[in-house]
Amino acid sequence: MGFEKFLFYVLAAITLVAAGMVITRRNPVHAVLYLVLAFISSAGLWVLLEAEFLGIVLILVYVGAVMVLFLFVVMMLDVDIATLRAEFIRYLPLGVLIAVVLALEIFLIVGPANFGLEHFPKPAPLAPEASNTEALGLLLYTLYVYPFEIAAVILLVAIVAAIRLTLRRRSDCKYLSPEQQVKVKKGPDRIRLVKMPVERAIPATSRETSE
Amino acid sequence: MIEIWNLLPPVIQIILKIFAIVLPLLGLVAYYTYAERKVIGYMQVRIGPNRVGWRGLLQPIADAVKLMMKEIIIPTKADKTLFLLAPMIAIGPALAAWAVFPFDEGLVLADINAGLLYLLAMTSLGVYGIIIAGWASNSKYALLGAMRSAAQMVAYEIAMGFALVGVLVAAGSLNLGVIVTAQQGNILTWFWLPLLPLFGIYLISGVAETNRAPFDVAEGESEIVAGFHVEYSGMAFAVFFLAEYANMILIAALTALLFMGGWLSPLPAAWTGGFWLLGDGFHWLLLKTFFFMFVFLWLRATFPRYRYDQIMRLGWKVFIPITIVWILVVALAVLAELPPWWSA
Repeated sequence: MGFEKFLFYVLAAITLVAAGMVITRRNPVHAVLYLVLAFISSAGLWVLLEAEFLGIVLILVYVGAVMVLFLFVVMMLDVDIATLRAEFIRYLPLGVLIAVVLALEIFLIVGPANFGLEHFPKPAPLAPEASNTEALGLLLYTLYVYPFEIAAVILLVAIVAAIRLTLRRRSDCKYLSPEQQVKVKKGPDRIRLVKMPVERAIPATSRETSE
Repeated sequence: MIEIWNLLPPVIQIILKIFAIVLPLLGLVAYYTYAERKVIGYMQVRIGPNRVGWRGLLQPIADAVKLMMKEIIIPTKADKTLFLLAPMIAIGPALAAWAVFPFDEGLVLADINAGLLYLLAMTSLGVYGIIIAGWASNSKYALLGAMRSAAQMVAYEIAMGFALVGVLVAAGSLNLGVIVTAQQGNILTWFWLPLLPLFGIYLISGVAETNRAPFDVAEGESEIVAGFHVEYSGMAFAVFFLAEYANMILIAALTALLFMGGWLSPLPAAWTGGFWLLGDGFHWLLLKTFFFMFVFLWLRATFPRYRYDQIMRLGWKVFIPITIVWILVVALAVLAELPPWWSA
């Protein structure tokens, strides 16, 4: 067993165990952290496949940004385990059905019927100076430019829709306007400078009464 | 000497190289804390540490000994595993990022093609240490600090990423060594000039990413005590400290590398007269890195802390639009082969 194969089995085992932990942990924060671990080890698998761009982008986008926001939300949850358990039993039949259908679909697509060395010959190893990023960029912006742009537009629509759905202005709150705050000038807006004499002359006759 | 080196198995060679990077780095971190206290001291007309050793030079060592002797207190309701794992998660990426950092022409531990992406990925992982620490402490101040940090990091990472996209467009490569050699020439051919807005945004986002003043709302001692590390003590706290300073040094070194020509000399090759000190070399990289490390301290001594909503506004509404526009400008300049940077 070569070192690469050994690495593959280690990373694959970590991915599987972590994925299992994601669905069995009671604590949602632990589950999310196991998902992060699964992402990191699958990024390692991609690097083993000489797809270093995809591997690093998986870490950069999913681990570095998406999962951070996931954690952000999950940490604020107060999870009631009793109701979760009751609902687990209630939704179990449906869940099993969906899981079986999904597994069947995956089996049909990447099962032994059309997957394996007899269907796809082993690709030749890339030259050490071959740039994954360049190859991917060339494909994305020439051959697949329309699917790529359409995917981007769909994402944009999703963003706009999500913001529109959640955006609301509460009339009982006070809002700050940073734009206006930044524009405040020291001279006329914030401070009024008043010139006044340092001392005031007191008439001699009133001196006794004032002291 | 070289024969003995070649006899060693590659694994041992790599481990020795890692030590050669990490040990000086940790020493630099120790003396960076000393420099910080001295520089800010002088800026505020104080003396700073001056008791331990000559002019206080042994102060970092005394601090390290003190932190090692202290007890690590674990709150009773804390998630113990994650609580202890968090500092390690914080320092891991901070050190791992140095693997692709070229110190001189060809002097790099791992010369990978996607070096810039790798760096961005590693700096984006650092936030996990902070978030996990905040949550595992089971303390409201710590959680508040973690939340602030998470939102801030995600916002500024995008601006930082776009600034790096500008560099990558300008250099035409993700390899850090190639990015430096693309700036060959003199001080005016370095990328800081054509990428001036991106240079500024990268530096400021770097300050925000490392949670340093004026963006240090994640610890904000006057608002949330010490933020995410309020429950940490002893070495567990020290590791967070190390990670923060290692990240600052990394950002300073990267700014020098990506925008200020790295190890390149500011003088054109014809003017150096063959004198090695004026020619390209590691000392220039060191000098530039020290300058940006000083800028970090300078900023901290100068500015009051940002308000949280203004941080978000600056990140999302100011920096990200500017970077997007400037990427377009750079792309057009590269297409037009604008001299002296992109003349063929």
